Amino acid sequence: MLAWTIYISFAGALILALMPKGNAALARWFALAVAATGFAIAIAGFAAGAGQGRVTIVDLPWVASMGIRFTLAADGISRVLVLLTGLAATAGVLFSWNIETRTNEFFAFFLALIGGVYGVFLSFDLFLLFVFYEIAIVPKYFLIAIWGSTRREYAAMKLALYSFVGSAMVLIGLLAAYATSGSHSTGLVDLANANLPVSFQMWAFPLVFIGFGILAGLWPFHTWAPTGHVAAPTAASMLLAGVVMKLGAYGCLRVAIGLFPHGLDAWGWSFLGIGSWRDVFALLAVIGIVYGALVALAQSDFKFVIGYSSVSHMGFVLLGLVTLKQIGVTGAVLQMFSHGVIAGLLFAIVGRVVYERTHTRQLDELEAMHLGKRLPFAAWAFVIAGCASMGLPGFSGFIAELQVLVGSWNAKPWWTVAAGIGIVIGVAYTWRALQKAFFSDRLPRPDEHPKEGWPKFDPITWPEIAATALLIAATVLVGVYPRVLLDSIEPAVRSLLAGGMQ
Amino acid sequence: MNYADLFRVTLPETALEIAALLVLVADLAFLRKASLQAREMVASILGVVGCGAAVALLPLHAGGGVSYPGSTELMLSTGGYSAIAQVGILMLTVLTLFLVIGSEFTQHVGEYVAVLLMAATGGLLISGAQDLLVIFVGLELLSLGLYILTAFAKSSEKSAEGAMKYYLFGGMSAAFLLFGFSYLYGLTGSTNLHEIMRGLYSGNVQSASPLLYVALVMVAAGLGFKVAAVPFHLWAPDTYEGAPAPAAAFIASVSKVASFALLIGIGTAAVHVFDNLRNASTVTFVVGPIPKYVGFAGPWSVVVTLIAVGSMVLGNLAALAQTSVRRLLAYSAIAHAGYILLALGYFSHSTASTNAVLYYILTYGLTTVGAFGAVAVVERNGGSDRMDAFLGLYKRNGLLAAVMMVLFLSLAGIPPLVGFWAKFNLFAAVLGVNRGVVPFTIVALAVAMSAVSLYYYLQVLKRVFVMPAADPTPMKGNLVTMGVLVVIALAVVVLGCLPGLLQAWMGSFYAGM
Amino acid sequence: MNGIPLLTLITVLPVAGAAIALFSGRHARGVAQVTGVIALVLSVVVWLHLPADGSIGLEELKPWAPSLGIQYHLGVDGLGALMLILSALVSLMSIDAAHRVHHEPGLFFALVLLLEAGLFGSFTALNFFHWFIFWELSLIPAFFLIKLWGGTRRGPAATQFFVYTIAGSVALLLGFLAVFLSTGSMEFGQLAQMAANGTLEQQVTAHLGHVMMWLAIGVLAGFAVKVPLAPFHTWLPAAYAEAPSPVTMLLTGAMSKMGVYGLLRIALPLFGAQIAQIRTPLLVLAVITVVMGAWAAAAQKDLKRIFAYSSVNHLGYCLLAIFALAVPGGANVSVGTSQAAALNGVILQMFNHGLTAAALFWFLAMIQFRSGGLRGIDEFGGLRKPAPVFAGLMGIALFSSLGLPGLNGFVGEFLIFRGVFPLSWVAATVSVLGLLITAAVILTVIQKVFTGPVPERWASFPDLHGGERLGMAPVIGLMFLVGLVPQIVLEHVNPTVQYLLAHWRF
Repeated sequence: MLAWTIYISFAGALILALMPKGNAALARWFALAVAATGFAIAIAGFAAGAGQGRVTIVDLPWVASMGIRFTLAADGISRVLVLLTGLAATAGVLFSWNIETRTNEFFAFFLALIGGVYGVFLSFDLFLLFVFYEIAIVPKYFLIAIWGSTRREYAAMKLALYSFVGSAMVLIGLLAAYATSGSHSTGLVDLANANLPVSFQMWAFPLVFIGFGILAGLWPFHTWAPTGHVAAPTAASMLLAGVVMKLGAYGCLRVAIGLFPHGLDAWGWSFLGIGSWRDVFALLAVIGIVYGALVALAQSDFKFVIGYSSVSHMGFVLLGLVTLKQIGVTGAVLQMFSHGVIAGLLFAIVGRVVYERTHTRQLDELEAMHLGKRLPFAAWAFVIAGCASMGLPGFSGFIAELQVLVGSWNAKPWWTVAAGIGIVIGVAYTWRALQKAFFSDRLPRPDEHPKEGWPKFDPITWPEIAATALLIAATVLVGVYPRVLLDSIEPAVRSLLAGGMQ
Repeated sequence: MNYADLFRVTLPETALEIAALLVLVADLAFLRKASLQAREMVASILGVVGCGAAVALLPLHAGGGVSYPGSTELMLSTGGYSAIAQVGILMLTVLTLFLVIGSEFTQHVGEYVAVLLMAATGGLLISGAQDLLVIFVGLELLSLGLYILTAFAKSSEKSAEGAMKYYLFGGMSAAFLLFGFSYLYGLTGSTNLHEIMRGLYSGNVQSASPLLYVALVMVAAGLGFKVAAVPFHLWAPDTYEGAPAPAAAFIASVSKVASFALLIGIGTAAVHVFDNLRNASTVTFVVGPIPKYVGFAGPWSVVVTLIAVGSMVLGNLAALAQTSVRRLLAYSAIAHAGYILLALGYFSHSTASTNAVLYYILTYGLTTVGAFGAVAVVERNGGSDRMDAFLGLYKRNGLLAAVMMVLFLSLAGIPPLVGFWAKFNLFAAVLGVNRGVVPFTIVALAVAMSAVSLYYYLQVLKRVFVMPAADPTPMKGNLVTMGVLVVIALAVVVLGCLPGLLQAWMGSFYAGM
Repeated sequence: MNGIPLLTLITVLPVAGAAIALFSGRHARGVAQVTGVIALVLSVVVWLHLPADGSIGLEELKPWAPSLGIQYHLGVDGLGALMLILSALVSLMSIDAAHRVHHEPGLFFALVLLLEAGLFGSFTALNFFHWFIFWELSLIPAFFLIKLWGGTRRGPAATQFFVYTIAGSVALLLGFLAVFLSTGSMEFGQLAQMAANGTLEQQVTAHLGHVMMWLAIGVLAGFAVKVPLAPFHTWLPAAYAEAPSPVTMLLTGAMSKMGVYGLLRIALPLFGAQIAQIRTPLLVLAVITVVMGAWAAAAQKDLKRIFAYSSVNHLGYCLLAIFALAVPGGANVSVGTSQAAALNGVILQMFNHGLTAAALFWFLAMIQFRSGGLRGIDEFGGLRKPAPVFAGLMGIALFSSLGLPGLNGFVGEFLIFRGVFPLSWVAATVSVLGLLITAAVILTVIQKVFTGPVPERWASFPDLHGGERLGMAPVIGLMFLVGLVPQIVLEHVNPTVQYLLAHWRF
């Protein structure tokens, strides 16, 4: 059943591309219908699959001579991420309700991207996973290049090329694994059982991890992210930070760690405390956490703050993954969901609710606008989103980050310390942005104050309210009752770590 | 020599020649007063019928062919990879014939189509050739036709310039090729590929000759020219830029298919040489200050791989700087040739490499014909093939824009389009032959270069979809051309989603081999 | 009462009330009042259902995130239930005091109710996670209440408040994280038991090395900021002064008690031995808090700041008692009696000070309202002539703050000193200074504000009208009641104290 999320998304994209232009309302409602249906299917599939392990949905031979099959399956991790995608898709469509230029094409690319993302999360054949991973690249380019803002063409190209380079690295890993395992099959389960030699895994692992890590915002390959997120239109930023970065992390988990677990073993020698790829990537993840937070603290553009905060939060995910502890990896997957929702919320507020009304993202200019009074919806939504982003308990981020910290402590204590510093800085930059943008006491200078008084902003539209409510509800629900997701994630992580692709 | 055999085997070529003559006659005798459009229609349809007849007459079973008198060696082989290549050539010729309809670059339609068909004949010959002289004859037949086709747009000085460069270059390469062939004959005493291979292996170190090098390099030069591989590629950008669009499509597709089929033939012969050999001496080793090789496959692999790497790198890097879409396509052709040569450098005993190469070149040819068709439409409406002529195409002709998206993304290797599968298949074949560090690094380089190529393909697509139109008037494309483009785009998508289809089809040619 | 999750109900009630109040506009205060009254009634019901032996009652236990040792575990003993009543009472008082919220009343009362929910949540929690959620979440409404309705320098005050408290929370969280990592448990009860028989320190040392003292200091730091303990108190005067008076009532009446409660529920049970080791420096800080608070109050000219520093002083007594009763080594009978007295005193003082301080700020709000915003001590004079009832009632509250026998303020302070003198006579003696200075301050306030000649402009200072008298009467009545018949409180507090002391080890 979950496979229908993929099919209807692509079908929806095709229909939208062929729909007669000029009827923006029709395009929007159709896109919303498709996205919401996908979400509903995701929820149904999640509920149906709860308690079960890996469920195979489709398994057909594709290119039989090479052992490539069209295999779709879902375990707990996949179901949670599919749920996230459905949520982000629906919210994204709602937040794009005001797109007037080339609406059909916008939603066509949007749905194509969503379809690709669904596909990655549901694929259990490495080739198929790669195909969907690549399919997702092209819509991203066009979404940013056509409907984006600051330096959009440059940002779109940078993002597309970085993603492509990352996927090129994955392709090399895929080819190598396929060839080394005897060219029999590209199924994830088969490759995991192929007993790939340790020496092979030692270099295949970092290659594939970095390849996926580029998309996940692994430092120092993250530089596409802030530029891309800022330039992208709101829905695209939501998807990019919310879901697409998770594709990278998912790939790191499912493919790199799943297929090449021995790549994380100790090398036998160590340099400055680094004795395995695990140490290297943990270090990079921790640097990402702290660096992202520090840079976010220094930004003058509101959206850049959120962009860099995404890099910082994704660092948590990656850190959790390489702890290789049950609790750390569980926390990482939960953080994928949590940050997906929160980042979507933050970008939506900054991009759609604030920027499209004030036409500026510079914190200094926003300071003078008294948005706390003039846009209370945005202000309070950002307060809630900011609390969630800071990792306050009661929201989903707290449990996730706590689990990652516990896991990293069990692995190597100093990682936890550094990550904790990142959290503290996280509070600081969120705080700063909140204060400056919404609750500043600074009176406007004469040159900032308009002569005829402050113009009225466009009223908040129902799609914005609906989508904000949806996302907030999600993060609060998971924050208050994390078992709703943890019950699915924990068994899946357990079996994955036990080498149980079997 | 069994002339009946020869006639039977070369029936397809005969059909094409007859078609060519019929076109000439029809055009010159009966259609003098007709409109250009009508003449193009008639010529194309006749040509298509001829190609159809050729396909029907193709001996599809593997293992057949024409043998030398008094020998079991084949002069011309049929079936297997040859048949695949020949069918491919004929299909692509059909598509380029359709592209002629609606074009306005010449009044001499009949001559154009006739020459095109004759060139296609040369391609058919090369695909099955197993003898050096047959290779040369076929190659020249193909090449001469191509030179003429390039020069056909008499009102364009670019066309003349391109043709001149092509001709001079081609002539020189033919000379090199012949020179190399002569050395091969000298070293082994035979002009048959298989016997040459055997001859080169039967020697020992002392009798091994450094002249083999010379021969190989010369042959590589000659054949590298045909596929536009570095460093024999200098003709390509100018030719692609100058030739009229249907001719450029033909050059980019059919001649490549034929040339690669030839290279497959050489590779197959080199690899299968041990099948009939009782005692084979060591394959290759180095002795003394001047390395001496025994056997063909070793140094040939080295040479081909070197050319492949150079083509990949230079083709992609040079394409980055282009502002003319035709030149961009030319450099990208060089790059793609580089990828394919890789599979020829690491050639397998099974049909894996052959299939990979054929799959790639057939689908690449298909895509390129589409690309040039799109370029033709834009040129007819705007007069230029510069990137700026494509601005805002999504508004001016949505269907054309969509087709271009499909084709260019396929060239970049984005799934689920066929270009991706072709690349994947190719690289898998290379690694299937040799999993060592060197081939792996080269494949990694190829993938990296592929990533580079995305940049320039996206530049074109950016003009098509993102940037606002300089001139927003709608662009009309000829009905037949648009029809062909849509068919090609659909094929690219379908074959990409279901790669098994084409693979199964190709596999059917080996049944019975 | 079996089967009804009373504690969950009492925590959820203000949240629901907040949601309704948010959209009620002008009627928000009414909604809040209704909610407050129901909450008060429920808290009294809880009090009446406490077990007689002083252990934890009305427990609710459900697994929440087992892999992290997180359970939904609520329960109250005498201490917790008293704090519930106090929170409900102070919240209701605060809502009553806020009758002139012009700007966004819906949001204001929603935030107040959310703060109340935060208080209830943290006083009923028995698992660290749950407790920490409410500890942190109570910050947000408090911050915004100061930031959006506060005085002229509200921005920096709010920020300082937030930053200090968050920093303290971080230290708390880290400490608890370490405890969790070593033991796998976040349950207060379970951890207290482990601390009592020594296994807590063993496990921590086994997993993390000799960091128990650091953990103790971290946890203490978190609470030290909240109570506050000098020198972490510097956020308080600004926050109390800039916050609107109803909010200050909440801050001083209830939120500061969260810190003391935390010390009693978490710090002493788990880290008793460590606290005993550093008892002397802690006592020094407590004494400084007491004396400095009083001294600084004496130096202020702004009534609100006087009361703010006075709060610091009064809470300093709680800290004094808490640290004093952490006597290292085995307890003998006399030490035990003193400890019991001190602990009873702390709990009573929490309640009494909360009540009294809230009442004082309420009166101050009335003064401010009648005077057009003025609140300097020198601005007024002889108010008892035009407003005798006002002077009388506020005088009672002031005397209660001073610690006059017969009023509630005396009982707590008496028990504290009764307990601390035997345990650490030096600290107790020096702290008496605080008592004396406080007395001087209070008397000065009374003298300057209520006695003496009446300046011209206050000749028609309005007295308390009917509604205000109605609101104040129960509060004042309670002050007398607890002052004269403290058994009604001690009835449940003392068993709890005995129970706790029996289970603590220093």
